[in-house]
Parts: sequence; structure tokens; C-alpha cells
Amino acid sequence: MMSELTDLGVKAIRDGVASGDFSAREVAEAFNANVAAAGALNAFIVATPEKALAAADAVDEARSAGKQLGPMAGVPIGMKDLFCTDGVQTTAASHILEGFVPRYESTVSANLWKAGAGMLGKLNLDQFAMGSSNETSYFGNVVSPWRTAGGGNAAMSPGGSSGGSSAAVSARLCPAATGTDTGGSIRQPAAFAGITGVKPTYGRCSRWGVVAFASSLDQAGPMARNVEDCAIMLEAMAGFDPKDATSLDMPVPNWAEMLDADLTGKRVGIPREYRMDGMDAEILDNWERGKTMLRDAGAEIVDISLPHTKYALPAYYIIAPAEASSNLARYDGVRFGLREMPSDKDGERAGLQDMYAATRSEGFGDEVKRRILIGTYVLSAGFYDAYYNQAQKVRALVAQDFEKAWGSCDVILAPTTPTASFPLGSLDDDPLTMYLNDVFAVPASLAGLPAMSVPAGMNSQGLPLGLQLVAKPFDEQGLMNAGLAIEQRAGFTARPDRWW
Amino acid sequence: MSVDKPTVAKIASLARISMDDAELERMVPELNNILGWVEQLGEVDTSDVEPMTAVIPNTLRLREDEVNADGLTGGDRREDVLANAPAAEHGFFGVPKVIE
Repeated sequence: MMSELTDLGVKAIRDGVASGDFSAREVAEAFNANVAAAGALNAFIVATPEKALAAADAVDEARSAGKQLGPMAGVPIGMKDLFCTDGVQTTAASHILEGFVPRYESTVSANLWKAGAGMLGKLNLDQFAMGSSNETSYFGNVVSPWRTAGGGNAAMSPGGSSGGSSAAVSARLCPAATGTDTGGSIRQPAAFAGITGVKPTYGRCSRWGVVAFASSLDQAGPMARNVEDCAIMLEAMAGFDPKDATSLDMPVPNWAEMLDADLTGKRVGIPREYRMDGMDAEILDNWERGKTMLRDAGAEIVDISLPHTKYALPAYYIIAPAEASSNLARYDGVRFGLREMPSDKDGERAGLQDMYAATRSEGFGDEVKRRILIGTYVLSAGFYDAYYNQAQKVRALVAQDFEKAWGSCDVILAPTTPTASFPLGSLDDDPLTMYLNDVFAVPASLAGLPAMSVPAGMNSQGLPLGLQLVAKPFDEQGLMNAGLAIEQRAGFTARPDRWW
Repeated sequence: MSVDKPTVAKIASLARISMDDAELERMVPELNNILGWVEQLGEVDTSDVEPMTAVIPNTLRLREDEVNADGLTGGDRREDVLANAPAAEHGFFGVPKVIE
């Protein structure tokens, strides 16, 4: 019974708890056990089994009392350690925030608890969500539960930055997890781990209480094992929040209830610029199969052009570091987190400026420092126009490309990533090679558009491949309908063999 | 444009991150790789383009001018605000001496 419960997704657990097939406590205990046994994956920075049990008990009591249960009632989830959780350490996987215990709850996590979900723990990630392989965490790499076929035992990347989330969901440590996506951090790890991840329209989910990376891009979303579970969870996460100035003041639709995989009359755009020189043949084949699936669902496939695609990634690597350098200025050793007090050669205690510099030197990892320096440079006097302003203009052009494309299509189909997962440590020589992982994910981020990755197949090495869908602003419904059409036809049932 | 070691040291100082010589040496080629790569943005003709300021059209909202309109973001939470400070004293953040 216990092992079966952890195979269930969000909807199955919620409905099973509601109908009394099993108790929320049994579910929480089963997932707590899986979390405790999966130390080798390093997916969690902190496990909170008592939180999961307390939330479950509250749901079981509410049910016995005949009360109305929430849309996530009895579902224990993993919380990316970028969301502030009241009374539970929140680190953004950094040393500088080690030991930081928020006295408030992020809006998104509060919404989830209100909907009846419980917390299994705080999930590992790339430090400050900067990375595409989950190798920049101060708390160690997350190891993907997937290994290559034929007995390969190299430790593979779960993707990043939401790598703890993707590893945990695919290894059945939780039925669903929160992610955040700045330039692909939900979609790329979802693709690497063979799960589904949705980045909604910018502004759908409140950023209040989420550790900021690049505020004009950061957006939270659900990661789960199928489209319907993502739809249910996104409904619980989303909603207007006056505490976030960029929050969308719009009603949250009943996405899950309205899911419909019939795409008759819909046009699916295939952006020709996403077919790049030297692309992995298996990624191209997977893309072709995706077109066939959507055509089979009734859609018309049309060629489109997004001419500035090539410039999206370099623009992102100016804009995101610029915003990060500003956002991360708050880590100064004064208000929270680490403080380093160096003394000089005469044993004199440091002044304020030395304390700032020593604290930040000790507290930030290499990738974070690199991005802060890039951001500081491109915003500095004399370079602002050439770099930052030009990047914001290119960003406007990237967004215009999509606006024009919506004249001839309703949703866009593309690969999520240029490759499947790779071994940990294999790309760490050159930051640029790592950045290229997000080449297909970043354009939708720059334009604030809803986008998702859905598992569609396996490569010849036995690793999952994802397909990416991008939709018009606010059209999460059209996005997830197309995702469902792929899910139903891809019949993706592969799961990692348990070795941990 | 490329950066040399003194420039990287200057940027690091602006960003308040102390870096020793070895770290600066290591950063120079890494930053130059990235800067060399983003330079391709110069190819794009943006003479008629306004830089993007908001990704999704949204208007700034006003709220009632109330004290503590929201319990989470209002005042009267000194203890909570100081709870995570490395050095809180007498209800204030403690910092090293600034004036000699």
C-alpha cells in the first residue's frame, strides 16, 4: 500500500483522500519515508516531515468533521528553497542565507497551504536560481534519479535551477513541487527529469516572499507528473496579490476543469529559427513526433518566424545579471544571513565597507559572483547604453516577434532543450556552454509568455526528452490543452529505476 | 570591449565583493568570454525601438493611505524584522563603527 501511494499524483491523492480510500496521514507518511530514503539524490536541503504530517492531520480532521476540503487537500508537496517559509530555514541554496528563518510566508506557499497542501521539505536548487544543472548549490549537487541505459552509473544532472524539484517529482519523493522560472528554470529541469512543468504568464503567481533573482523575469509555477496535476496546482498558486506590484489583477480560470485535448481549429506554429546548426538529431526527431501528435489532435501545423531568436540568449545574459546585481545588493551582513568581520594585519577590526565586501565574498558562490560582476559592469556609467539599454531594446524586438507570430498561430511548439540531461561535471569548464542549455527557453521568458515542458519520449541513451509549448499572454488554458494533447499521445510512462 | 584585471577589481569593488589576486585572474577570461559573446547584440538595428520597461502591460495601482494596511508588510514588527540580524542590539541593527 505504502509504495502505491507514492505513485499517485496530485488529483489521485486529493480525490482518494476526499473519498476516504486512504487518509492524508497515510499519504504523508509514505512520502516522508521516500524522502528519508533518498539522501543520495540530495534533492532536499531540509526535510520537514512534521509539517507534512500536521497538514495531513488537519485535512483528515476536516474530513471527519464533514468540512469542505481544499483543491490540494491531503497532497504533500516539495517547496523550492527560494520561497520564504515562516519558521523554516530559507537559503536560496546559498551560504549567505544559511540559517535565515523567515518570519513570514511567501504568497504562493501560503496559497498552497490554504488549499490543503502540506510541506515535505525545502528543495535544493542552483544558488539563487542561477544555473542550469543544479551544480551551483552551496549544499551540493542534486543528482538526477535517471541514469543512462545499459548500466551507466554516471551521476546525471537533474537540470536547473529547479533541479531538486525535478529530481524529487520524478523519483516519487513528492507528487508535485513548486519551481521558479527566470530563463528556463522550470522547463529545462522538467525536460531532463521526464516530468511536466508550467511557467505561467508573468504576473500570474505573486513574487512576494520569493527570493528575487531577476524581477522582470522571475515567475513561479508547478512541476508534477502530468498536465492535469500542474493545472490543479497552478490554480492554487496563482492569483492577484496587492503585495506584488507586477501581480496580474485577473481572475484565475478553472484550468483543470476546462482541460480539453481536442485542438480542432487551432494552429500550432513551428519557429524556423529554432532549428539550429548542428542540432542533436534525436531532439529534431522528437520535435517532428510532437508535430504529428498535435496534428493528430486536430491542429494545423504552420511555419512561423521569430527572427530575433538568436539574440534572446545574449540579451538575457545582460538583463538577468543586471537585475540580479541590484537585487542581491541586499545581502550585506546587516539585516539577515551571514556576516564576516575580517581584521587587518594589525588585528584591527574591520570597518563597515570591509564587512560588506568580506561577507559577500564568503557568502556568494562563483556563478553568483560572476553574474553580479557582469550585472555591475553592464549597468556602470559609460556602458549602460551599449549593453543594458541595447539588451532591453532587443528584448522588445523578441517580444514583438511573438506578437506578430500570434497573427498566424495559437500556440508554438519547440524543443525544451538542445540536449537531454548530461553527466554532472561535464559542462563546468565554460559558463557559456552551460548558458546555451536555455537557448529555447529564454525567448518566452523575455516576452513574459506562458510556456511549459511536457515529456514526449526517450533518447537512445534512455534519457527523457521534453517538448516545449509557448502560448499567448494569459492563455494558460490553450497552453495546457496542447500539453495534454501531447501527453495523451506520447504515452510517456518511463520512470527511473531506483538505485538510491 | 574587454576587461582587464584592474577593471575587474574596480567592478568587484563597486559590487562590494572582495577578491584576491587569484580570483581576479580567474574572472578576467570568464567575463571576457561572456562579454565577447553578448557583443553580438550590437548587430541588431534598434534605432527605432524603445527599450522594454514592462513585459506584460500593467498599470501601477494606488491603495488607500492607511497605516499598516497589510499585517505582513506594515509596521509594528520590530522583533520580526530584527530576528535574523547577525547583530541586533537595543532594537536596532548593529554595524561596525562607521565614524572614527
